[in-house]
Amino acid sequence: MKVLMKGNDAISEAAIQAGCKAFFGYPITPQNEIPEYMSRKMEASGGVFVQAESEVGAINMIYGAASAGVRCMTTSSSPGMALKQEGISYICGANLPCVIVNVARCGPGLGGILPAQSDYFQSTRGGGNGDYYMPVFAPSTVQECWDLVFHAFDVADKYRTPTLILLEGLLGQMMEPLEMTKRPPVTVDKSWCTDGNADKRPRNVVTSLSLYAEVLEQMNIDRFKVYEEITKNELMVENSVKDGDTVAIVAYGTPSRIALNAIEELAAEGINAGLIRPITLWPYPYEVFQNLPSSVEHILVAELSMGQMVEDVRLGVEGKYPVHFYGRTGGSIFEPSEIAAKVREIVKGAK
Amino acid sequence: MTRMIFSGYGGQGVLTLGEIVATIAMKKGKHVTWMPSYGPEMRGGTANCAVIISDKVIGSPIVLSNIDILVAMNQPSVDKFLPLVSPGGLAMVNSSIVTDKVKSDNVDILEIDATNIAVQVGNLRVANMVMLAGFLKNTDLFNLDDITDVLEQRFEGSRSKDLIPLNIKAIQAGMA
Amino acid sequence: MSKVVYEKSRGLTDAPLTYCPGCSHGIIHKLVAESLVELDVLENTIAIAPVGCSVLAYNFFNCDGVQAAHGRAPAVATGIKRVIPDKIVFTYQGDGDLASIGTAEIIHAAHRGDNFTVIFVNNATYGMTGGQMAPTTLINQKTSTSPYGRQEATTGKPIKVSELMAQIPSAAYIERVSVHDVQHIAKTKKAIKKAFEYQIEGKGFSMVEVLASCPIGWNMPPVEAAKFIAGGLMPYYPLGCYRDIHAEGGSGA
Repeated sequence: MKVLMKGNDAISEAAIQAGCKAFFGYPITPQNEIPEYMSRKMEASGGVFVQAESEVGAINMIYGAASAGVRCMTTSSSPGMALKQEGISYICGANLPCVIVNVARCGPGLGGILPAQSDYFQSTRGGGNGDYYMPVFAPSTVQECWDLVFHAFDVADKYRTPTLILLEGLLGQMMEPLEMTKRPPVTVDKSWCTDGNADKRPRNVVTSLSLYAEVLEQMNIDRFKVYEEITKNELMVENSVKDGDTVAIVAYGTPSRIALNAIEELAAEGINAGLIRPITLWPYPYEVFQNLPSSVEHILVAELSMGQMVEDVRLGVEGKYPVHFYGRTGGSIFEPSEIAAKVREIVKGAK
Repeated sequence: MTRMIFSGYGGQGVLTLGEIVATIAMKKGKHVTWMPSYGPEMRGGTANCAVIISDKVIGSPIVLSNIDILVAMNQPSVDKFLPLVSPGGLAMVNSSIVTDKVKSDNVDILEIDATNIAVQVGNLRVANMVMLAGFLKNTDLFNLDDITDVLEQRFEGSRSKDLIPLNIKAIQAGMA
Repeated sequence: MSKVVYEKSRGLTDAPLTYCPGCSHGIIHKLVAESLVELDVLENTIAIAPVGCSVLAYNFFNCDGVQAAHGRAPAVATGIKRVIPDKIVFTYQGDGDLASIGTAEIIHAAHRGDNFTVIFVNNATYGMTGGQMAPTTLINQKTSTSPYGRQEATTGKPIKVSELMAQIPSAAYIERVSVHDVQHIAKTKKAIKKAFEYQIEGKGFSMVEVLASCPIGWNMPPVEAAKFIAGGLMPYYPLGCYRDIHAEGGSGA
């Protein structure tokens, strides 16, 4: 049976159902429904909720809870995510699994509370110091918010990495019918964790520190081997570009839904376009651009930013197609007609 | 596809009203989206939500144009959204609050004395429910039983369950 | 047959300490290790190392260890203790870590009444980075970033952490001690052990501030440095119990 649920509530309940036993967060719009939900439900489900003193505090509590071997989650929105970057770098350096959610808003600085996708670089390039990445999942429906939470916990545990769910505030705030399907968590070995059981095993240490170049270099090389595995196994993309389409529109999250309306509008007037929707933003589905139907002449990237993912698209395209960009920022959201107009302009310009 | 806006002052229950309509449609197997405005206006100022009901997968959940049904609980809502209603669309206006006559050349205007009726049946806060009478009278989206089902489920196990008869009474008064 | 008159606590690993000659960290490590062994909780303890001279403390305490970002050890401790409340958790932090970059974390851990123990080593300087001025550096004390001595007009007066923490309603036990001589080392041991006992009994947040020497940072021979604790630090940082809500007639109960 389906229930009507907000993206933020779906994320909260999914985390609990996925076995999340600790939530640490700090109030910031537009993600407040999540800590509020967790404050109501975590304890009853045998978990822990702490409203931290800051996002810095929250991410370091995650570092602690993850080192103790429990599934844990923190959520925030863009300016708060900036504060968490120190902790995320440490979590990556110490190979700790956890789930982080960014219900993004517009920036830079305090910016505004309306939706944006301007945290793409921060999310996909390792926003803190050092060489690291983390899997980034971008849902576009409330159902996908739910499903990806389960997946994000599993991927985190499997590869001992933080995973990030990145959505626009809009998706966090909107309600859609949701099927609350469950899946059991992956079973992984957590014998590495510092849970105070040194009487039953050798003592464990969780640290990102190494003062010896050759040791640290090897740690980084090993971590990048894991990244290779993640890239091989965990890429997610939805590609509806078919033979006969002249334009491939690339969009993720809410803009991908708006692009669908634009594609419909264009089809009515005989312009064929298809959608490429990356679901993992890291690893990025670069290969998809090498295997497009021969009818494709143009790529249009539509983002709620001044152009961030467009750089990855260019990397994937490798100069094969002209890559166009259409973006709105500051909380402005494009309408389907704007994307359609841009496609018309591109197609006409080509003739 | 039916594109709707529910708009009014914060506290008039427009978000809840939109949610009830979306839930009814969901239970009838439709695709639905419910999208609130979540700007600073959500505290005390004008609040609104967009609801889309469709037989197909819904792309954009945003309704900034081509409104099929507008529920306007106050004057600012009429001013802001009436010009965005499609020709042939429907605007339901809370005439207790919007006292100036609302006029449109190409949109059906349905005036409902919602706030006054709510006070008459005994609770100002059910004014939003009175607006549902407009849906029953002027659309074929759902009937009174559908509303009752959703209210019963929504208030299951809560003290508000006692308020369901009041809600139904409010809707029926709106129909009269 | 010879009799064992002294042996290293099994609360410490065999890793050679990385501290400078005359530094107080070794003594304080030993007191913490002995306390954990005597209370029979060593194997069920998680030590949280800071950033600073004791950044490698997880190599020395013979229990599970976690290395935290600069100043964040109390938040990490909260995360661990909340999910495994029956284990013993302590942070080991210096004055730069706790009293400067980590003020928000330490104050709010105490404010929440989180049931873990903080060993706060106050040597009035940043040792690791080369003897820079700390919030706890004394007026007129010369450091590598206060080369003419700390000036009140531009850097304020040294922060008194125990006095500050004692004002926090949910803190259970706050005491300042010193390790400059044998008698004071014994008192320090008592305070550290009491703090862990409080944690074991679920009595709440405890912090022991230990006045310590940094002969290299202070540019003094070890004996002179120990004397400076007594003659320089202690007059400004009086020893004593600043808060004990569980004591007979305890403060702030």
